[in-house]
Amino acid sequence: MDKEFTTISIPTSLYKKIEEAIRGTDVTSVSSYIAKVVREALSKQEAEPEVFSKEDEEKVKERLKALGYID
Amino acid sequence: MIPPHGAKLVERVLGDAEREDILARSAGLPRLRLNAASANDVENIATGVFSPLQGFMGRVDFHHVLNEMRLSNDLPWTIPLVLDVDKGEAAGLKTGFDVILTDASGDPLAVLRLEEKFEFDKEEMARKVFGTTDSGHRGAAKVLSMRDVLLSGKVDLIRKAPSPFPRFKLTPREARVLFREKGWRTVVGFEAASAPHLGHEYIQKSALAFADGVFIAPLVGRNKSGGYKDEVLLAAYEQLIRTYYPKERVVMAVLHLDDLGAGPREAVHKAIVFKNFGCTHALIGRDSAGDGAYYHPFAAQDIFEEFPDLGIVPLFYGAVSYCKKCRSVVNDRICPHPSADQAACDVTKIRDMFLRRETPPAELVRPEVAKVILNYRNPFHE
Repeated sequence: MDKEFTTISIPTSLYKKIEEAIRGTDVTSVSSYIAKVVREALSKQEAEPEVFSKEDEEKVKERLKALGYID
Repeated sequence: MIPPHGAKLVERVLGDAEREDILARSAGLPRLRLNAASANDVENIATGVFSPLQGFMGRVDFHHVLNEMRLSNDLPWTIPLVLDVDKGEAAGLKTGFDVILTDASGDPLAVLRLEEKFEFDKEEMARKVFGTTDSGHRGAAKVLSMRDVLLSGKVDLIRKAPSPFPRFKLTPREARVLFREKGWRTVVGFEAASAPHLGHEYIQKSALAFADGVFIAPLVGRNKSGGYKDEVLLAAYEQLIRTYYPKERVVMAVLHLDDLGAGPREAVHKAIVFKNFGCTHALIGRDSAGDGAYYHPFAAQDIFEEFPDLGIVPLFYGAVSYCKKCRSVVNDRICPHPSADQAACDVTKIRDMFLRRETPPAELVRPEVAKVILNYRNPFHE
């Protein structure tokens, strides 16, 4: 099964700027540069904080106490 | 607190009523006996160690992971998590129905909600995951000897397997609550595959100089020939922590992970596991998680360049040694002296000393730790 790709459009001037920026680096193409930057940006979007119910959290704390991890 | 991989910690442990229901129906359901590695996988899935996976991978994710080192939703994932059966077993199972997964003695462990059965190319899997189809590579050999059909589907845990080390067994959820209780905002994960030498201590304490806590995770259940026995590994680390670490800034808990020697892919995989436990950083050594000379020495560090979206910060470290001129443990970034002045913290050499019943020099292994190891008649697996 091959990798799947799709096409997006960016201004030609930006494309050229990226081409220039990655010249001589380990980045092999404008596409892979953009994928990398977009992935990084998306990963920084804040995730919702985890919520454990109070009951669950108390159970976990009891177990942690029993194991000696907390006093 | 750092979010789990995929943002939500998986929890698929059945409650009392559901467990009773499935056990009541279990006599009429097909059964599959799991080996120890698959039984560990099931428990790791159900307790969130492998979040966001909720079960064994289907065909689409399997190929995405092989080809792109990502799940089909683009989330980084480097090692396929699969359950193999032979063709005869697969023929007796219907997709859309439940299958009881049992331990080696036939006792129910979990239920597999069977979604898909598919054949796969073992050579392709070995080549892509391990970079080789050489049967001298332990991971490749394991893949090449897998059975022909993969089963996919979500799993629900009926019961946790008894651990030989219950005192050191934490789920990601428990670790997260613990870190929060301790007020830790930054936590560094360290995978302990061998008994600690001063190089390990140096690396862990260097990380502790800026992080709130260190999570030391001995890999257990591997039974690797020539490797430290699990109880020795734990006893050695317990002694080190008791004697030389600020107790309130260290947590030790075991990891039951298959050690495939997949080098770079495995380093990323373990970083994801640490992230799920709530670690913000993962210590990644040179030659990390490799098998012999199959990988470039820095491959396990370089691969992280491909994952700017991993969500955990890798901290790379190189070779560590004791420098006679510096009179301290050093690494190659901070010591200007030639190797002639240095004694390398070499796991293999230290193990050989223990095999000869010798106490390694105090510059390499804490005497208290050496004593604990030498108290065992045979600290190593045959």
